[in-house]
Amino acid sequence: MYKVLHRRELNPTVTELTIEAPLVARKAKPGQFIILRVDSEGERIPLTVAGCDIDEGSVNIIFQIVGATTKKLNQKLEGDYIEDFVGPLGVPSHLDGLENVCIVGGGVGCAIALPIARELHRLGAKVTSIIGFRSRDLVILEDEFRNCSDTLTVMTDDGSYGREGNVTLPLKEALEGGKRYDMIITIGPLIMMKFVTLTAKPFGVPVTVSMNPIMIDGTGMCGGCRLTLNRNGKRITKFACVDGPDFNGYEVDFDEAISRSRMYNDFERHAYEEACNLFKNS
Amino acid sequence: MAINPKKHEMPVQPADVRVHNFLEVALGYTAEMAISEAQRCINCKNKPCIAGCPVGIDIPRFISYIKTGDFEAAYGVISLDSSLPAVCGRVCPQETQCESKCTLGIKFEPVGIGRLERFVADYHNNNVTSLPSPSPRNGHSVAVVGSGPAGLTCAGDLAKKGYDVTVFEALHTAGGVLVYGIPEFRLPKAIVAREVEILEALGVKIETNVVIGKTLTIDELFDMGFEAVFIGSGAGLPSFMGIPGESLKGVYSANEFLTRSNLMKAYREENDTPIMKGGKVAVVGGGNVAMDAARTALRLGAEKVYIVYRRSLDELPARREEVEHAIEEGIDFRLLRNPVEILGYYNPDNPRDPKNGFVSGMRCIEMKLGEPDAGGRRRPIPVEGSEFTLDVDTVVISIGTSPNPLIKDTTEGLQVNRYGGIIVNEAGLTSRDSVYAGGDAVTGAATVISAMGAGKTAAEAIDKALRG
Ligand SMILES: Cc1cc2nc3c(=O)[nH]c(=O)nc-3n(C[C@H](O)[C@H](O)[C@H](O)COP(=O)(O)OP(=O)(O)OC[C@H]3O[C@@H](n4cnc5c(N)ncnc54)[C@H](O)[C@@H]3O)c2cc1C
Ligand SMILES: Cc1cc2nc3c(=O)[nH]c(=O)nc-3n(C[C@H](O)[C@H](O)[C@H](O)COP(=O)(O)OP(=O)(O)OC[C@H]3O[C@@H](n4cnc5c(N)ncnc54)[C@H](O)[C@@H]3O)c2cc1C
Ligand code: SF4
Ligand code: SF4
Ligand code: FES
Repeated sequence: MYKVLHRRELNPTVTELTIEAPLVARKAKPGQFIILRVDSEGERIPLTVAGCDIDEGSVNIIFQIVGATTKKLNQKLEGDYIEDFVGPLGVPSHLDGLENVCIVGGGVGCAIALPIARELHRLGAKVTSIIGFRSRDLVILEDEFRNCSDTLTVMTDDGSYGREGNVTLPLKEALEGGKRYDMIITIGPLIMMKFVTLTAKPFGVPVTVSMNPIMIDGTGMCGGCRLTLNRNGKRITKFACVDGPDFNGYEVDFDEAISRSRMYNDFERHAYEEACNLFKNS
Repeated sequence: MAINPKKHEMPVQPADVRVHNFLEVALGYTAEMAISEAQRCINCKNKPCIAGCPVGIDIPRFISYIKTGDFEAAYGVISLDSSLPAVCGRVCPQETQCESKCTLGIKFEPVGIGRLERFVADYHNNNVTSLPSPSPRNGHSVAVVGSGPAGLTCAGDLAKKGYDVTVFEALHTAGGVLVYGIPEFRLPKAIVAREVEILEALGVKIETNVVIGKTLTIDELFDMGFEAVFIGSGAGLPSFMGIPGESLKGVYSANEFLTRSNLMKAYREENDTPIMKGGKVAVVGGGNVAMDAARTALRLGAEKVYIVYRRSLDELPARREEVEHAIEEGIDFRLLRNPVEILGYYNPDNPRDPKNGFVSGMRCIEMKLGEPDAGGRRRPIPVEGSEFTLDVDTVVISIGTSPNPLIKDTTEGLQVNRYGGIIVNEAGLTSRDSVYAGGDAVTGAATVISAMGAGKTAAEAIDKALRG
């Protein structure tokens, strides 16, 4: 059992919990994730490590309430316990040597991107952040991003806060205006990452995407998280949980990944599409 | 006295009833049946059956106690060599192990050694509910990675010798394949839970949710004060076929399908885990894993389940009893057939059709058996022009697994062979000092009893190394 140490509601559908898990806290690096089970009848779900405190022995997770498990998780208050919490899983993001990076986050993906932005900032890199949300009341972690970014652009789909439009808009403007980055790191709905990759392509800027397929064990045992990369004319299968979650955006078969992510839509109450409709692009 | 040429039948749930539930199929012998079956054993002087058992259980001796009705004494004999008799009595491929060597088998059916072993273990578990108490501590501590039969056995043997043992398990429940792979209807989870409970009573600490190679490394285990490490991490990495369509929705590895059903209890209505239920299912492969996946699909409500296997009935690697049960349950065996492509549904008029991207069928080709290969099995060869389409909407791929590279990748100096199996000597010692390994992590996918045997061997070697 793992104790909930702190709880913070970031917006009506996004909550941050701090969980006591000293072994994970000692090890976790930006880009890695954990898998938890809320109770003994629950599903195993992956969530990114949004930060950790080695002294407190704690790990932060930030999650969006999208279905049964995240709803149950959101009922946990300070002092409550969750059943299982295992990690850190996945390969840490490769950040060494990057000097000038553009981070593009969408929705709850911003929570996943934040530790990466922070780490890059700590390493002395120039960080340009673009974060996008559906509307004003869904904006999260703006101050946290400002504190670790050289420039920050906040976008909302409906223009109710920051600039109106998709995250690809300022990215495209910057690239067209001659801005170049060592790397664009994008985290958010699949459809958004696909379009960020397409936007960057004509400019030849490398893109790292953080894939978030359905997972069970997170150790390479089930293959449920598999995705296809197109590499040197060959199609190769990778397991996101052990080979990722970060991949070269130009190699990922996004259409397949989007299709696979909808496998259980009939079983789940909320449509995945709703969550990413806001990023529908031309 | 004339010998009954046949084994006593195992009472089972009728096929038409059991396909609708997840309860155990085989119900076990009664005491009368057990005694009567035991009487078939002619107590051969040279005991050929023992050589067929990977851990060398003194089979005639335990059977002779059954003959006299002293079941606890029989249990005592089995326990000298096996720590999981209730499990092995159920899942051992007896027809290729102990029973294959039984003298009776030359003329008649061999003695039902596995069924007798199961009876004795169940008798003991039903009658002796008290838990053992810990042995006096000897001041040494050992870490065990993985809680499958290899790890559990190693941990139990060491704890009995007074070692402080901690088992680290990546998943949230201990038991390895016994809990996430083999289904309830073949091996009730309560039996595994009981074994784990006994270990805990012996003083073994079980830390679930710890992935060695991620949460902690092997080197860190030594830093924490463990004097030896046993790796029993299994062979859990699923292979895919590399044919088109394997990423369609509705295509599972057997591990995913079985894990969702067993470990995550997707078969229970009150559970949150989703799984494809119903429809027509093709399971590709012919081992125990394939049989388990097929029979699980049936119990989840599939209207039709096929086994697609590229060789013939004689080559099916699954336990014979499981194949027989599967046939009785109505699984449709499409032997000498091999998939070449999984077909997907796509509605050109509606890109948002919710059925888009789901499996709509599987193209297969007929095979014939050619010359024996290096392993002595006749190699299947495709018959040109014999392609056909099987109408299915779920495909479960069960063509094998290999050891997971996680531990190898994070442990310097740990040597593995080209299949990823950890290299060990006859005592189970790896290329690293004080690091031992055994079970599927070494051999690749094998059997419960051989994993258990490896755990036992390593426990002895560790004891020798630490106490001389
Ligand atoms: C490596 C990784 C890291 C992740 N990190 C975070 C994080 O930090 N914060 C966060 O809020 N979420 C994160 N996710 C997504 C999170 O795991 C899912 O939102 C969660 O599993 C949904 O569970 P549920 O039972 O509440 O919803 P469900 O009822 O299972 O699903 C609700 C809806 O969400 C969709 N969905 C299910 N699984 C995923 C998934 N893996 N990705 C996207 N949509 C999904 C379903 O299709 C469905 O439409 C991550 C996923 C992965 C693989
Ligand atoms: C569906 C199925 C049916 C089978 N049927 C039969 C049968 O009828 N008869 C038979 O004899 N055999 C059968 N087998 C094979 C048998 O189950 C295995 O050979 C046996 O379980 C191997 O035991 P093990 O202890 O080596 O590994 P496993 O049982 O695989 O256990 C390994 C454990 O280690 C854990 N682990 C892995 N990596 C790590 C890590 N890095 N850190 C921490 N923990 C880790 C795993 O989660 C797992 O719990 C079957 C297998 C399957 C999958
Ligand atoms: S452990 Fe397996 S092989 Fe050995 S006697 Fe028992 S059933 Fe036979
Ligand atoms: S070979 Fe068969 S008959 Fe002979 S002792 Fe063994 S079990 Fe009994
Ligand atoms: S989640 Fe099972 S292999 Fe990746």
